Amino acid sequence: MILIMRFPEIESHLKKFRAGIAGAGGLGSNCAVALARSGIGTLVIADFDVVEPANLNRQYYFADQTGLLKTDALKETISRINPGVSIITCNLKLDESNITEVFAGCDVIVEAFDKKEMKVMLIETVLSEIPGVPLVVGSGLAGYGSNETIRSRKIDDTLYVCGDEATTADDDLPPMAPRVGIVANMQANTVIEILMQRK
Amino acid sequence: MKILLNNREEEFAEETMSVTRMIELKKFSFRMRVIKINGTLIPREKYDTAIIRDRDNVQMLYLMSGG
Repeated sequence: MILIMRFPEIESHLKKFRAGIAGAGGLGSNCAVALARSGIGTLVIADFDVVEPANLNRQYYFADQTGLLKTDALKETISRINPGVSIITCNLKLDESNITEVFAGCDVIVEAFDKKEMKVMLIETVLSEIPGVPLVVGSGLAGYGSNETIRSRKIDDTLYVCGDEATTADDDLPPMAPRVGIVANMQANTVIEILMQRK
Repeated sequence: MKILLNNREEEFAEETMSVTRMIELKKFSFRMRVIKINGTLIPREKYDTAIIRDRDNVQMLYLMSGG
């Protein structure tokens, strides 16, 4: 259901909420920026990696940020876009032992990892350790073209998936800005839809 | 039995079956997946022992690398 609302009202509603971003690569960086522009109150961004030249084909970083921690670079970029967003950065590799603590207090969590094994690990950990917190997963975004195969599905109130659920990124089917950006923005759009239904 | 598999009704000759058996019967390829039965997550190590029954709601999603 879409209620008619002016942007300042949407923005002030979203300001009450905290979203967790698990991974600050192509999905996480683009999703975080879309949520920041929309007025999310707080972002918890977790990643251990540094910005590399090869990331710039799809991730929301700049050439002059090469070598910086992704969390620090993204925090700087978001503060330039919307200084009203509170940003909590966690420079660590997420695993079963720290996910609950890192994302404690989040109203929704965005799964934005690269590797499928990590995606499953996060889903299993969130659903078992912090049940009830909606998780928005990205799955299947490699290559270019085929707009019509990208979709968004609600599994249930705590699990949503965006992507084609079919393509695997590798050397012959690289992840690229358009499809990664589409899925990342679908994830952000889903987060907003979830939060706008909250009181 | 009849089950709902990703919101579509599917019929199987079996009265009950394990998750592993359903994957075999449906000839699903080996991929990284998450399965929920009636809203409960089934961890990978329980695919042989978790039982699907008549009228169960089975949800499956595939996890593909890339991000």
